[in-house]
Amino acid sequence: MIKDFEILETMQMFNEQHLDIRTITMGISLMDCAASTVEESCNKIYDKICRYAGNLVEVGEQISKKYGVPIIHKRISVTPISIVAAACGSKDYVPFAKTLDKAAKTCGVNFVGGFSALVQKGYTNSDKVLIDSIPEALATTDFVCSSVNLASTRTGINMDAVRDMGVTIKKAAELTADRDALGCAKLVVFANAPEDNPFMAGAFLGPGEPECVINVGISGPGVVKHALEGVRGADLGTVAETIKKAAFKITRVGELVAREASERLGVPFGIIDLSLAPTPAVGDSVARLLEEFGLETCGTWGTTAALAMLNDAVKKGGTMASSFVGGLSGAFIPVSEDEGMIAAAASGSLLLEKLEAMTCVCSVGLDMIAIPGDTTAETISGIIADEMALGTFNNKTTAVRIIPVPGKGVGDFVEFGGLLGRAPIMAVNTSSCADFIHRGGRIPAPIHSMRN
Amino acid sequence: MASGKNNAVISVIGKDKVGIIAKVSTLLAENNININDISQTILDDIFTMIMMVDLQGLKIEESDIKEKLNSLGEELGVAITIQHTDLFDKMHRI
Repeated sequence: MIKDFEILETMQMFNEQHLDIRTITMGISLMDCAASTVEESCNKIYDKICRYAGNLVEVGEQISKKYGVPIIHKRISVTPISIVAAACGSKDYVPFAKTLDKAAKTCGVNFVGGFSALVQKGYTNSDKVLIDSIPEALATTDFVCSSVNLASTRTGINMDAVRDMGVTIKKAAELTADRDALGCAKLVVFANAPEDNPFMAGAFLGPGEPECVINVGISGPGVVKHALEGVRGADLGTVAETIKKAAFKITRVGELVAREASERLGVPFGIIDLSLAPTPAVGDSVARLLEEFGLETCGTWGTTAALAMLNDAVKKGGTMASSFVGGLSGAFIPVSEDEGMIAAAASGSLLLEKLEAMTCVCSVGLDMIAIPGDTTAETISGIIADEMALGTFNNKTTAVRIIPVPGKGVGDFVEFGGLLGRAPIMAVNTSSCADFIHRGGRIPAPIHSMRN
Repeated sequence: MASGKNNAVISVIGKDKVGIIAKVSTLLAENNININDISQTILDDIFTMIMMVDLQGLKIEESDIKEKLNSLGEELGVAITIQHTDLFDKMHRI
């Protein structure tokens, strides 16, 4: 028998602490949509996505109603388009992005991820075409997200691709300059990209994944913060224990929703991604949660230690709650999407260098960071290279989603609106790394890649 | 799903006034929903009632029971929610 206080606790989580299911993401394999012409392939892609995901939104809403659980996003991830499109031999993949966009609109989802390439060891001809198509694809579509895996612990870092992505990000910013470089908010580069991640912009369905699969991303920094408010002044062992318990409960909601969605859609359940994903709403912030540890402002000394413990305790609680935990899982630290991060960055307490340190122990990487529009492509590649090194050499996923906003400089603000939020333009070390970036080649895999 | 039972938790929270229980239970009776258990307290003038109900074959997501409870809540000036019991079992029991 469930006790009254447990019922009230659950209700507070939903009503006051912003607990929600962030996304139900349906992964759809497009392997069988390869064809010898662009038109034929695009037709196959559109038909298949609409056939599989046609009732995704409706099912999401039914589950939300049954349990009284908000399900914020219904989304789709697909096989990296560089693989699907290779057979058509085209030199322009923008029509594929437009097809994905059209399918997303027909299905009523708000993002589709998978305009992607996996180039950690080198380029195929198709990977090159895809990367060249990214800026225009993002500028001419609304819901398409793009990602490129540039490095892995097994393969090392593809520095040619790191160099090229600096240029690609700049171009994406220029082509969407009228929208404050919104294109860059839909583009992420990875080291050790997970193949089952349900969160955007980095969601794609990896080559080892099934035909169709349901992955669910949860959220809930507000729930964890509220739990910590109950143990103010207690030692850190108690704090870790409290986070674990809260993460357990949050993840169980995700598991329930994922299992039910899988059953109703007749599609296998893949994983729960138990990430603490903030939003710009007050009370839904990872930065404020870190401050609850006893830090005056996020970004001050102690932030990395607090984040490390938070990220680890979330995983420990979550893995007890579901046997199939995957994706990114941990604590996200995007700047523009987190009310406390925005405030910390605007106050000068949170610097880009500190964020880089934090990415060593958070679940992903440098995320939704606005930088001056005159930052060079080489400097952006340098930021990417450092982040890729952290992931590759520490055997974790890292990523960069950075936005050089044309015409804006340090002290300005950029407004994306909605869940993408707003961000202060952060200062970047402008000392040149161009000669390093232009060397190209590969950074060899670390010695601990040899685990066989 | 989890339990196989088709039960739900209805919560009513708001400022106390005459007739809250009567009106909520009447609405449930009209919709053939059986009440298994009720607990109710008043804390600082805030009325809190939790009802365990048997939906008797009705599906929350396919009926308009949620909307009916919401509009009754508006009429009474209280917040009424209905959630399937599996949610609470999952979150609070290993």
